[in-house]
Amino acid sequence: MRLDIRKTYKLFIGGKFPRSESGRVYPVADSKGEFLANVAMASRKDARDAVVAARAAQSGWAGATAYNRGQVLYRIAEMLEGRREQFVAEIRALTGKSDRQANQEVDAAIDSWVWHAGWTDKIDAVAGNMNPVAGPFFNISTLQATGVVAAFAPQDSALLGLVNTIAPAIVSGNAIVVVSSGSLPLPAITLTEVLATSDLPGGVVNVLTGKEAEIAPWLASHQDVNAIDLEGTSNFVELEIQAAQNLKRVIRKGDFARLGSKGSLNHITNLMEVKTVWHPKGH
Amino acid sequence: MQPLSPEAIVGSRITNQSLKRWLHSLPGVDKVGLEARAASLGTRSIKTSSKAWALDAAIKMMDLTTLEGMDTPERVKSLCLKALTPDPTDLDCPRPAAICVYGDMVKHAKKALGNSGIYVAAVATAFPSGRASVPVKLLDTKDAVKAGADEIDMVIDRGAFLSGNYLEVYKQIQAVKEACKRSDGSYAHLKVILETGELQTYDNIRRASYLAMLAGGDFIKTSTGKVTVNATIPITMLMLQAVRDWYDEHGVLIGVKPAGGIRTAKDAIKYLVVVKETAGEQWLTPDLFRFGASSLLNDVLMQRQKLKTGNYSGPDYVSVD
Repeated sequence: MRLDIRKTYKLFIGGKFPRSESGRVYPVADSKGEFLANVAMASRKDARDAVVAARAAQSGWAGATAYNRGQVLYRIAEMLEGRREQFVAEIRALTGKSDRQANQEVDAAIDSWVWHAGWTDKIDAVAGNMNPVAGPFFNISTLQATGVVAAFAPQDSALLGLVNTIAPAIVSGNAIVVVSSGSLPLPAITLTEVLATSDLPGGVVNVLTGKEAEIAPWLASHQDVNAIDLEGTSNFVELEIQAAQNLKRVIRKGDFARLGSKGSLNHITNLMEVKTVWHPKGH
Repeated sequence: MQPLSPEAIVGSRITNQSLKRWLHSLPGVDKVGLEARAASLGTRSIKTSSKAWALDAAIKMMDLTTLEGMDTPERVKSLCLKALTPDPTDLDCPRPAAICVYGDMVKHAKKALGNSGIYVAAVATAFPSGRASVPVKLLDTKDAVKAGADEIDMVIDRGAFLSGNYLEVYKQIQAVKEACKRSDGSYAHLKVILETGELQTYDNIRRASYLAMLAGGDFIKTSTGKVTVNATIPITMLMLQAVRDWYDEHGVLIGVKPAGGIRTAKDAIKYLVVVKETAGEQWLTPDLFRFGASSLLNDVLMQRQKLKTGNYSGPDYVSVD
């Protein structure tokens, strides 16, 4: 008889897979309550480290050409396709979904990556503008990534909700610190293994597993976080108040649908800043 | 206790032979033990009130440094302004001990700092390589002292040291010490940079430390910050052991300055733990321990803000240098 390999997963910060600074893990059970794996329980210091990693990676990612970002996002979709079996198995074990339902979720997740990959070089064409002004100037509004986004993925979706939280943030050049669903974290961990092998610069996506309620106040009050997505949080009113300290952009719970095979341009531009430039003309 | 003369310490006339005999009679360094001890001290957890003290202490012990070829008088001035008001949101924030610049920038730093009590340290003696003839090195030093430098950071001749010419290194330090003499008879503080990253072995670092102390250095400093290996905790610990033993044997207090590569408040606190545990609390003062650093200050300020407000701070809330 062969012994089970009981896995203990780690976090994903700065392109590396560290243990939680706190040394804590928690057990994850399948839909029938059986032990599935141990998962790292991130502490506030892990969140702090993740923000530092995201900040370090953000300017390089935003500075990459839109074409390049699109290729990287498309590559993520390719790699996810290659790992399909693992995602299906994890979704089934955690949620009790049928094989067909789990496959549909993975399909939608892959499609959503491809959908977002197509947007990288089109955001400005659609949402930017050449403004008419009363003077001899070109006046151009263009959208820029806001910086570091802290996000809480939906609690009740294992993969699709997470993908539709990460992709709209990074498509425009933001870096993200995302806290996965507390009870359904395995696809998030497998996704980090996909991200680590998809040409995505380390630190652009950082994934923490653990208790949303423990980590959220630290990210909401963090002065070096530019936007916060409160989808998966429970105490969202308090968090929005904390986020106001440095005028973070806030995405409220339920603002955007997360379970489709596409995102929305509105979601993407909600994590961007408008920059308007004046340029003299006629000389 | 009256300080002994170098001859009395070495036990004979100072010659290359006698220096070699003396330096090579020092006990060898236990590399494994040293590194294990340094690593174990680094794991210590420092809690809130001690951390607040340590952060302030780290600022007070800092030599805020800019040593770039692209330094301009304006850049030096802005660094000085930063030293005068490190955190404009908290005027209780302590000031660094000194500003460390190249010799030609001393006059600009002096002007910007006025009588604030912040010292101006100048690197001299053909910093960072030290590859110039002795008269040039001495002139370099005298020029900085004349411009008003309170402290001189000199580099030793590593080539001479590594080829066993200890007497040459010794004489150069002594000569630079003399060059630190001001017209009123007082001396600028002399820090001797050993450039430990180029000395190859821990034994050599211990020997160079003793040689620098024998020749009259007021401080021994690890590095220029211009080579691949800069200050590390084991090296600093080794040098702290040297100054502690020197004080026990000869009653003279010598300072230690790690420099280069210390960028985070966390690192700085580890160094302070090592100072306390190796040399003792007596060394936890800007007169006997300094950090040579440029980016460390911002990280320490962010940690101070975190302690004060309870929120994590970010680089947007400290000045850009």
